[in-house]
Amino acid sequence: SRFTQQELPAWKPILTPGWVIAVFVLIGITFIPIGLASLFASERVVEIVDRYDDGCFFLNTNQSLLLDYIRNPKSNKTCTRSLTSPLFSVLSNLTTFIFQVPKKMRSPIYIYYQLGNFYQNHRRYVKSRSDKQLRSRKGEDEIKDCQPIARSGEKPIVPCGLIAWSLFNDTYAFSSKNKALTVDKKDIAWKSDKEHKFGSDVYPKNFQSDGLIGGGKLNHSIPLSEQEDLMVWMRTAALPTFRKLYGKITVDLEANEAITVVIQNNYNTYEFGGEKKLVLSTTSWIGGKNNFLGIAYLCVGGICLFLAINFILMYIFRP
Amino acid sequence: MRGGMGKGIHFSKLYTFSCFRSKFEDEHGQLGQRGYSRIVFCNDPDNPEAVQLKYRGNYVSTTKYTALNFIPKSLFEQFRRVANLYFLVVACVSFSPLAPYTAVSVLAPLLMVIGATMAKEGVEDWRRRKQDIEANNRKVEVYGKNHVFNETRWKNLRVGDLVKIYKDEYFPADLLLLSSSYEDGICYVETMNLDGETNLKLKHALDETASLRDVRSFQNFKSTIKCEDPNEHLYSFVGTLYYGGQHHPLSLQQILLRDSKLRNTDYIYGVVVFTGHDTKVMQNATDPPSKRSRIERRMDKIIYILFSTLILISLTGSMFFGVDTKNDIRGGELKRWYLRPDKTTVFFDPKRASLAAFFHFLTGLMLYGYLIPISLYVSIEVVKVLQSIFINQDRDMYYEETDKPARARTSDLNEELGQVDTILSDKTGTLTCNSMEFVKCSIAGVAYGRGMTEVERALAKRKRSRPHEVTDSSSDLPECNDHVVDSGKPVKGFNFRDERVTNGNWVNEPHSDLIQKFFRVLAICHTAIPDVRKESGEISYEAESPDEAAFVIAARELGFEFFERTQTSISLHELDHESGRKVNRSYTLLHVLEFSSARKRMSVIVKNAENQLLLLCKGADSVMFERLSKDGRLFLAKTMDHLNKYAEAGLRTLVVAYRELSEQEYKSWEEEFLPAKTSVSAARDALIDAACDKIERDLILLGVTAVEDKLQKGVPECIDKLSKAGIKIWVLTGDKMETAINIGHACSLLTKGMKQIVITLDSPDISDLEKQGDKEAIQKASRESIAKQIGEAKAQIIARKESSVTFGLIIDGMSLDFALTKSLESSFLEVAVNCASVICCRSSPKQKARVTKLVKVGTGKTTLAIGDGANDVGMLQEADIGVGISGVEGMQAVMSSDFAIAQFRFLERLLLVHGHWCYRRITMMICYFFYKNITFGFTLFWFEAHASFSGQPAYNDWYMSFYNVFFTSLPVIALGVFDQDVSARLCLKHPLLYQEGVQNILFTWHRILSWMLNGVISSMIIFFFITNSIVNQAFRRDGHLVDYEVLGVTMYTCVVWAVNCQMALSINYFTWIQHFFIWGSIAFWYTFLVIYGALPLKVSTTAYQVFVEACAPSPFYWLATLLVVVSTLLPYFAYRSFQTRFKPMYHDIIQRRRSEGSEAEVSAELPVRVKEKIDHLKERLKHRES
Repeated sequence: SRFTQQELPAWKPILTPGWVIAVFVLIGITFIPIGLASLFASERVVEIVDRYDDGCFFLNTNQSLLLDYIRNPKSNKTCTRSLTSPLFSVLSNLTTFIFQVPKKMRSPIYIYYQLGNFYQNHRRYVKSRSDKQLRSRKGEDEIKDCQPIARSGEKPIVPCGLIAWSLFNDTYAFSSKNKALTVDKKDIAWKSDKEHKFGSDVYPKNFQSDGLIGGGKLNHSIPLSEQEDLMVWMRTAALPTFRKLYGKITVDLEANEAITVVIQNNYNTYEFGGEKKLVLSTTSWIGGKNNFLGIAYLCVGGICLFLAINFILMYIFRP
Repeated sequence: MRGGMGKGIHFSKLYTFSCFRSKFEDEHGQLGQRGYSRIVFCNDPDNPEAVQLKYRGNYVSTTKYTALNFIPKSLFEQFRRVANLYFLVVACVSFSPLAPYTAVSVLAPLLMVIGATMAKEGVEDWRRRKQDIEANNRKVEVYGKNHVFNETRWKNLRVGDLVKIYKDEYFPADLLLLSSSYEDGICYVETMNLDGETNLKLKHALDETASLRDVRSFQNFKSTIKCEDPNEHLYSFVGTLYYGGQHHPLSLQQILLRDSKLRNTDYIYGVVVFTGHDTKVMQNATDPPSKRSRIERRMDKIIYILFSTLILISLTGSMFFGVDTKNDIRGGELKRWYLRPDKTTVFFDPKRASLAAFFHFLTGLMLYGYLIPISLYVSIEVVKVLQSIFINQDRDMYYEETDKPARARTSDLNEELGQVDTILSDKTGTLTCNSMEFVKCSIAGVAYGRGMTEVERALAKRKRSRPHEVTDSSSDLPECNDHVVDSGKPVKGFNFRDERVTNGNWVNEPHSDLIQKFFRVLAICHTAIPDVRKESGEISYEAESPDEAAFVIAARELGFEFFERTQTSISLHELDHESGRKVNRSYTLLHVLEFSSARKRMSVIVKNAENQLLLLCKGADSVMFERLSKDGRLFLAKTMDHLNKYAEAGLRTLVVAYRELSEQEYKSWEEEFLPAKTSVSAARDALIDAACDKIERDLILLGVTAVEDKLQKGVPECIDKLSKAGIKIWVLTGDKMETAINIGHACSLLTKGMKQIVITLDSPDISDLEKQGDKEAIQKASRESIAKQIGEAKAQIIARKESSVTFGLIIDGMSLDFALTKSLESSFLEVAVNCASVICCRSSPKQKARVTKLVKVGTGKTTLAIGDGANDVGMLQEADIGVGISGVEGMQAVMSSDFAIAQFRFLERLLLVHGHWCYRRITMMICYFFYKNITFGFTLFWFEAHASFSGQPAYNDWYMSFYNVFFTSLPVIALGVFDQDVSARLCLKHPLLYQEGVQNILFTWHRILSWMLNGVISSMIIFFFITNSIVNQAFRRDGHLVDYEVLGVTMYTCVVWAVNCQMALSINYFTWIQHFFIWGSIAFWYTFLVIYGALPLKVSTTAYQVFVEACAPSPFYWLATLLVVVSTLLPYFAYRSFQTRFKPMYHDIIQRRRSEGSEAEVSAELPVRVKEKIDHLKERLKHRES
């Protein structure tokens, strides 16, 4: 048969000049518009980033004093920040309290916190959790993966493991024109987390109860399935610099609107020199603000057109 | 030996102890000692002593495994491979906390891969087992306690059992022949399964036992055999039979070997001597020598490179990890407190950072293990098996006449077929059909036969065509192949046309009495057996060699029909000289003096109806002419003249002669001959030869026969193609130099433009020396002469280097002996490789193997040996690839070959099409395999660099373990099995394409490393583009962010797309299979994501719902995929598009021409560019050779 004779009907494309040029040009003319579109979308996103780890304490002060301060649970860590966009960063001044929104920000405005140099993807860290325990009450004792944060005394910790233990616990309070802006902390976690991964009958137990206290504490009377901050935190980040969703502001912010944010600067990133940033951002169809994709599209498209021209030229001069 | 038994001269009666005691002691004295200790109690297997000996039963198992040891043994076989062992170790370590991923996900693909291979082994073994079961359960009749023959199964046979075998049955074990349906206890056996020879062999029982032909006579039959222990020597047997109070020596003549077949005998009785695995045939069963292809050897090196890369990056990783870990506690302060470095295991302990780093090194070895393609070996194996199936199934290599397809007996060497540099070919049966046709004869100095041989035609054509160049030789060949005799239907083996002789007209020729004698010799002097068809009365012959059959057939066609052979007589239907009627004449057969390669002649001594004693003899001219009597040389001059003409025409000649013997002379000779014949010692052959020599003299010349061994169909075209493909062809033949040269011309091995270099010892001074008989002087002179000739040849070649003259080297066997000595070897090789074709004539099997080895080792190139006979076995096993022709000369060559084809011309397709394809496929496949694993492995590494080298893989465990098994493996296999750069037709049309394989263009280090580099680049593009474009900001409108899992999925998606599209880019042959596998793999990835994500959390862990919930709704995910995939493909695509256009390889050119649809133009004239390219290739070829 034709099969055994290896003579099946076959499409045998080869790289004729026509094809080559067509492919290059096609890539060029599809990529450049895509690039432009995503660049445009990214540009439309309004994003305000504020690094506050160095602003809330004076880094010039003695490092050990600083660490003592952050480790001490009793010390007052409230910090008030003005928010400006990077565009106006020149104008930003810690002492002048100018709060400005660079452009009109349409709701929802997402609030993120960004940590730097924090290896949430470290193998020891990633593995140190118990999904079974999080999912249902029955799995309470499934803590073998949770070392070294598994038990408090003899009793199992819920939620156990390093991830939960190091829960981020800075808090932000926003106000504009002396009016507090409500932060919507609902629906910041993935739906599947809420519905499946974190059980509604699992309540925190023995959490941060003794020994070294890592990060934030949890309300022992609220089931895990409603602790969205924990869920967000426990979705480990891929890279050492990462953002996590803190909440949403559901009102529009006008341009030049001044916003005051009061930060409880509890979380200790000073030990490992990690930055902390507060980010307010709108979104577009492409997501947040990042020009890389658009530029990459434009570059690849451009290279293709360039290659096409080169090819045509070579074809003409050296047939 | 056949027919050598006169009625009155019973072999064994002549045997007395007194005469041969010394010899008997000699040979059989060892009995009872080590190696000769077997004792068989005939017809008494239940004898307590026999039971005590515990000989093995007749149950035979050829399987590699048994049900019990299958698992451990096949596992052991599997883990002898370094790569598999590595993966096993990884799998074991993965149960420890060192493992970066769950143990199951490592184990699963390993189990799958191993399971697949084991399943294959299992299936193969099961087939063998089925054959065994069939053999073990065959029925045989055994003499039982109730004194009758009962049917039983083969496996129940015991040593000492008495069995009865019927005609056309196989012998169930090695038997001692007791008696047969013939009175004198002879029988015929066919040993096809043992040595592949199809002719019948005669065995005879001892005279003492030959009378045991009645069932009742066995009632009291008891005897003992002492004989050698089981061994693998098919052609020797030592033993004695103790029967009737006397010792009787046994030889191979009484032994019937298992797996041979009883023929032409109604039944025999025999005693089982060796059973089951003790039988000679089973002892002989060995595996053919295993050969590995060059590609695979280089692949091993690549694996080592990858291993080193693996170790290197693991080391780098562990160093960084060690530093990072050490820094976790500085001055008593916890740095990365969230890792709790104060309360940790040894693997992350800052206080023991170097130990942690070491353990991490092991983790790294596991993690980056994806650089080593676990499935490569298996995939290659699968691919090769499938390729072999295609070779086996190819209709174009199927020979209908004998119903023989091509057969790849091993699948390990497929790609080696695409790299053959030198073909070493046997002539007879390989280039020629080995079906002899009687075409001419010269009787009494008159030449008969008007047929024209192919060689003559070729010679004539050469003469004719000299003035005006004939470009295409193939166009007028079909006409030449037309051999149909005009009148009547063609007779196989007979192509003699001469009205002077045919139809009984010879009676009117001047020397009709000699003509009659001539054909009588042909009809009587042979060992063929007639086979009369009952219905039609037609007679066919079973002869030992095709030459012999041709003679008997010729005699039959000319009126001397041989129709019956008994043990003592030969009967002919003869045309009566005077009356012109057919009469029966019977000749009493007294002796057959057998043919041997040393004697080069055979004779029979017969007594005709007139009681005349005649010796009829035929043999090679070299031995016959010197044996003629003075009166017998009447026509010598003319006959020699004819003989030389025949030889020039490429015919095989034999001289026919006879003599009359007087009664007295015969008697006295016989007295000498019989003891020689019955002696049982090593000197027996010499004794017989000496005796024969005494009577085979004073012969009277009758004439010369000329038999044509036709060239196989398509041989000249095939050789032409192969040499156009740049393959050098050496013919190693046993023929005379003239014959060999003429055959060389006929099969276009030597062409008219070619300069012939002849190296021979056939010069006057050496023959002078030979006459003087001083052996040392001859040796010395010969060596000097050869050295001189080789030196001259070298000078000639160097002188003409620049011109386009090609050389053909012809060397004879004697010279070859000298040329192969240490001192001349290298210069001979140098000359030989510079010649386009080399013909070694008069070479022995051993020389063939030596030449093969010389070429293989000397040039370091791939050699292919092709042959059909037992004499080619050495050559076939020595060469890189052995190709057996499954033709007339039995199966021995095929059994020791790697590929078997039915006709020489199929070699063209096997090499140029299958070889080229397989080479291309395997090399591409290996390159691609490394590419895809490097692409994947390095993304892991880049990720590690961003995870403080902690050993956290970027992807979910199961994504990773399925990578090599599901998402990327099938397209590679499709590539390996189905890809074609150009179609079969174009492969054949452009034989130069084959040079890509010979020069190994597709598997240079440059190419391999480029692919690897491409892999590294791809991985970088994938990782950095993704991380830079996606990481910090929200990736969807609802503000959600990319976490570890989403990043993994996105990157993995890109990897799957990239490697599969890369595959699509690098092949240019898409059937539905390719489409299905490539796009199917990508589709399967998405399907897998959805299904795996939908599984309960317990199973899917981090992958839960990740695609459906997180990725799919995000336009960003899709846009990033598109960008990354296009970017990864761009470098290769750009390179390829520029390279195909501006620096094309040969297959690119052919492809382009094909697609431009200018087929007619291609064949008419090559365009300038292609021509240039071809010239360039030729140039390179020359450079390479020099």
